Amino acid sequence: MYTASRADWGGHKDPVERLTKVLTHSMQAVPGLPQAFGRRLGRWAIILPPLLFLLVFFLIPFGFALKISFAEAVLRIPPFSDVWTVTPEHRLVFTPSLANFRYLLTDEVYAVSYLYSIKTAFVSTLGCLLIGYPMAYAMARASKSTQHLLVLMIVLPFWTSFLLRVYALEGIIRDTGLLNQWLLSVHLIEHPLKILRTSAAVYLGIIYSYLPFMILPLYATLEKMDLSLLEAAQDLGSRPWRAFWDVTLPLSMPGVIAGSMLVFIPAIGEYVIPALLGGPDNPMIGRILWDEFFENHDWPVAAAVSVAFLLLIAGPMAIHQYYRARDLVS
Amino acid sequence: MDRRAPLGLMTVLCLGIAFLYIPMLVLIGYSFNASSLVSVWGGFSLDWYVVLFHNRQILQAAWLSLKVAMIASSIALVLGTLAAVALVRFSNFRGRFLLVGMANAPLVMPEIITGITQLLLFVSMLKLFGWPGRGMTTIVISHVAFCCAYVTVTVQSRLASVDRDLEEAAMDLGATPFRAFVDTTLPIISPALVSSWLLSFTLSLDDLVISSFVSGPRSSTLPMVIYSKVKLGISPDVNALASLIICVMGFIVLVAGFLLHRAERRRERDIQLAARMG
Repeated sequence: MYTASRADWGGHKDPVERLTKVLTHSMQAVPGLPQAFGRRLGRWAIILPPLLFLLVFFLIPFGFALKISFAEAVLRIPPFSDVWTVTPEHRLVFTPSLANFRYLLTDEVYAVSYLYSIKTAFVSTLGCLLIGYPMAYAMARASKSTQHLLVLMIVLPFWTSFLLRVYALEGIIRDTGLLNQWLLSVHLIEHPLKILRTSAAVYLGIIYSYLPFMILPLYATLEKMDLSLLEAAQDLGSRPWRAFWDVTLPLSMPGVIAGSMLVFIPAIGEYVIPALLGGPDNPMIGRILWDEFFENHDWPVAAAVSVAFLLLIAGPMAIHQYYRARDLVS
Repeated sequence: MDRRAPLGLMTVLCLGIAFLYIPMLVLIGYSFNASSLVSVWGGFSLDWYVVLFHNRQILQAAWLSLKVAMIASSIALVLGTLAAVALVRFSNFRGRFLLVGMANAPLVMPEIITGITQLLLFVSMLKLFGWPGRGMTTIVISHVAFCCAYVTVTVQSRLASVDRDLEEAAMDLGATPFRAFVDTTLPIISPALVSSWLLSFTLSLDDLVISSFVSGPRSSTLPMVIYSKVKLGISPDVNALASLIICVMGFIVLVAGFLLHRAERRRERDIQLAARMG
């Protein structure tokens, strides 16, 4: 009777090893060219789908916005004039109009709302920083197991729903909301505070919605910080507050900057918060854009506002990023 | 030196967390209010939940939003992971700079601008090719575009930390690069895949601004219906709906977070065990 022995596997200890040897040999037998070709094909099969999708549905739309910002509003579907047309003689005729951009410069609503958006984003970012820093600091000093729980508690609201959280806040700060009911009942105030439909409500809304974005990067830098530096400062006679100012704060600057960017950038273009919590005196650029589009149905002006807004916001930021990247490289 | 934070700091932390949670808890509390006056407590009742489940408009919108979120986050997971693999594994290729830019820009782009530009694209495409009509298709496409960015960023950082030795060992044993990736690296990055799918799902389910621009007349998503109701003032059935969404999402995220955490712990234990045995 025949029994399989190790010798049948070519004297190798285990089948995998033998298999490997066979396969390596067969791989070497394949000519180099098709293999390299196959690898390159595989590479492009990975790169192309996301590249093409984002190109067509994210980048190219900006080209269309740019084109339509030079069109004029007309009553038809879609409601804008052609920037270029092909005549029956197959000639391309350009008819760009600068009227929209001229309008942006002459109607002061746009300049006012642009400055107001920057101011609102700035004040709210500062508010987030003032509330978020001590919170992140306390988290970083908590015990390891508590830290996990605290991070979860800070992140959880972000995972639920942005729109519904703004709505929940609206319920609290209304004239008849719980905040005013409580303040009246403890006789801190005589008349309900008017918060809703003011700038304060917009600030509060942005702080409420974006606080986790400020806390997490701050916590990440503070948690990694070397406490021996603080100890050294205190050993050398620094008071705790002084040690914080001279040592902790400068070292946590990367977190401060990252957190501030994460709050400031989305806050400038915010629509939902000023629309639900703000009043007519809170003309954030997002609202102006929305109204231009849905109320006035002036698509070309809306496109022009978007283009101008992008140039004014994204332009400086891209340059900033470029120089920062260059500094890091050199 | 005392590592613990002073009492004052702990108070600020507790107040801050209370600030984050009280509005939501109050909202959930008032959703069980029998009174139709939203700021007066009229006793416990489930009436608004009953009203909610008889509202056809809300149910239709919720169904549409769920479908959109499912499809968009799944496509975004595939495209975003491919982008992450391309960015981490291929150090230079034509279009790399473009891909980096396009994979990160949606994170900082104001939604309202993304919405307007995408609508202008869809309108122009419809005029040129007769496709896509505004509706579920266009909503899914725009959601994929911004969710893709979140997936790429999440998966990219995870993938960058993966040791390639295992994959190379598999290839030495004769596995094709694809097979080696699927068998060794994919299980390691799977927590990032799960969490980025979940993140995409919640972001898609919650999106109001972009959907408002690219949706058609008969395709209102849930946030659009909620927003139009909220614009008219606080209403008790929206309270019920909002409470339901917040609780369900919170529950799913907590369970997913717990499972991922446990899987991670087990993996770490296995690695330690393997190290000790080898």
